[in-house]
Amino acid sequence: MAIIKTKNLTKKYKDLLAVDDVNLEVDEGECFGLLGPNGAGKTTLIRMITAVSPPNKGDIWVSGMDVRTHPWQVKAILGVVPQLDNLDPDLTVFQNLRTFARYFDIPNSEAHRRSTELLNLFELKSKRNSNTRELSGGMKRRLLLARGLINQPKILILDEPTIGLDPQAKYLVWRKLNELKSQGVTQLLCTQNMDEAATLCERVAIMHQGRILTVDAPPALIARYVGNEVWEIPVNMAERDMVVKELEDRGLDFEDAGDKIHVFHTAPDVASQGPGNLSERARRRPATLEDVFFRLTGRSLTE
Amino acid sequence: MKLFSRRFIRVWQRNSDVFFRLWYSELPAFVAEPIIILLAMGLGLGAYVGLVDGQKYIEFVAPGIIASYAMFSATFECTYGTYVRMEYQKTFDAIIATPLTVEDVTAGEIFWGATRSAMTGIVILVIAAAFQLVHSPWAVLVPALSFLEGMMFSAIAVVFTSIVPSIYSFNYFFSLFVTPMFFFSGVFFPLSSFPQAVQTLSWIAPLTPVVRLNRGLINGEFRLDLLWSLAIIIALTALFFLISLVTMKRRLTV
Repeated sequence: MAIIKTKNLTKKYKDLLAVDDVNLEVDEGECFGLLGPNGAGKTTLIRMITAVSPPNKGDIWVSGMDVRTHPWQVKAILGVVPQLDNLDPDLTVFQNLRTFARYFDIPNSEAHRRSTELLNLFELKSKRNSNTRELSGGMKRRLLLARGLINQPKILILDEPTIGLDPQAKYLVWRKLNELKSQGVTQLLCTQNMDEAATLCERVAIMHQGRILTVDAPPALIARYVGNEVWEIPVNMAERDMVVKELEDRGLDFEDAGDKIHVFHTAPDVASQGPGNLSERARRRPATLEDVFFRLTGRSLTE
Repeated sequence: MKLFSRRFIRVWQRNSDVFFRLWYSELPAFVAEPIIILLAMGLGLGAYVGLVDGQKYIEFVAPGIIASYAMFSATFECTYGTYVRMEYQKTFDAIIATPLTVEDVTAGEIFWGATRSAMTGIVILVIAAAFQLVHSPWAVLVPALSFLEGMMFSAIAVVFTSIVPSIYSFNYFFSLFVTPMFFFSGVFFPLSSFPQAVQTLSWIAPLTPVVRLNRGLINGEFRLDLLWSLAIIIALTALFFLISLVTMKRRLTV
């Protein structure tokens, strides 16, 4: 059952159509990834779903409630982990959690209990009375995540939860997110880290220029758009035209990535023969979500 | 336009927690400065100034000093304070992702500014009483008036804060609005000593009715036109409060 549902959702800023007629369904209990280049409209979409920014057109239901008419009830069951650090620098780590609990009308003793528990869970116990300024990037992220869980949300909205983290800190966050999923917390995850999406998400949507281009499980997307393998053929300027012609003649599905040409494995009967005499120089590797991303959103900068 | 809910108190509590955690970084300035002004103007300048009715100059300025510094407290809180929380710390963005709305945040900021104003009013009132400058039991109403005054100046400040492009814009607010009011609202000299044009301007300045009311309460002189002063304060408070709800919404939820 869809716990988040949008219908014809549209948001305009002056000349820019930030979100363009988006229909999205996130199922209860899944981790749903929202991928897209900068400026694709992911953050705007999230701001509308979290009842912070009103849409120009369309409807949103969260847990069966219309966001427009029940913003308070919707926000009460959401945990929002923003991309930018907006921890309260005037308060200590512990006070950050306590103060946030108060915004949700959580009684004092319960807020105290939950805050202590969350600090333990996210390994921040020793920083309890520190200022947030004294925390490392990884600690801040963990505290943001802990803060997003203070109201025991049914749905967690995560905007780039591991951006700028070292691998250790990143894996810790991933582990926590997996634990939360096993506890039944639905997750809507905005990310540009393809590994993250492939690792955590049951399904991902790829968003570009305000529209959702496709939605499916990561392996299904890979199989559909690029096949299971990719041949990378390094090329220089002089031989590029020759290589391109050769690939065209063979009817192969390929993409020019500048210094390399990627040949996709989308039509197995053709592709299994490989790019002929180019095979020797081609490097074969498993296809990834990133290949799908490039195929669908292009290689040029969108901003 | 939507009004705020009872949840605004959460924002007030947040600001209050921060203030009482770091009160020593702000309070001394807010106590020391009015005492210095009171002594410098009241005793220093006062030695050369003779007023009618046998009133000493320091008795004349004390109610105005209370009104002015209450205004400063509310104004600083809801210009620089609010702006830093909104733009640099992104505190409001974090809060409106919870069940609180922009309207709750706005009301919380204004009520907190008013609380700062009342605290300043109380502190200076006590100091003035220690100098034996308070002559009427009606002075117990001064903190309540300072709170109302704080609502008015906080609301005006929040409206300005919600439309400025940068923190440097507050220079205009202080140079062209706050400081002139400090000098042209009857704090240091009776308005009647100004030319007619300036007197008319003074009547528009929101600090003027507060100074008159404070003076009435502290000296125990009631005239009917003080009710008119109170009406002006209430009207301006209501007007700017409503405007602030709209302009803050526009700023924070595009």
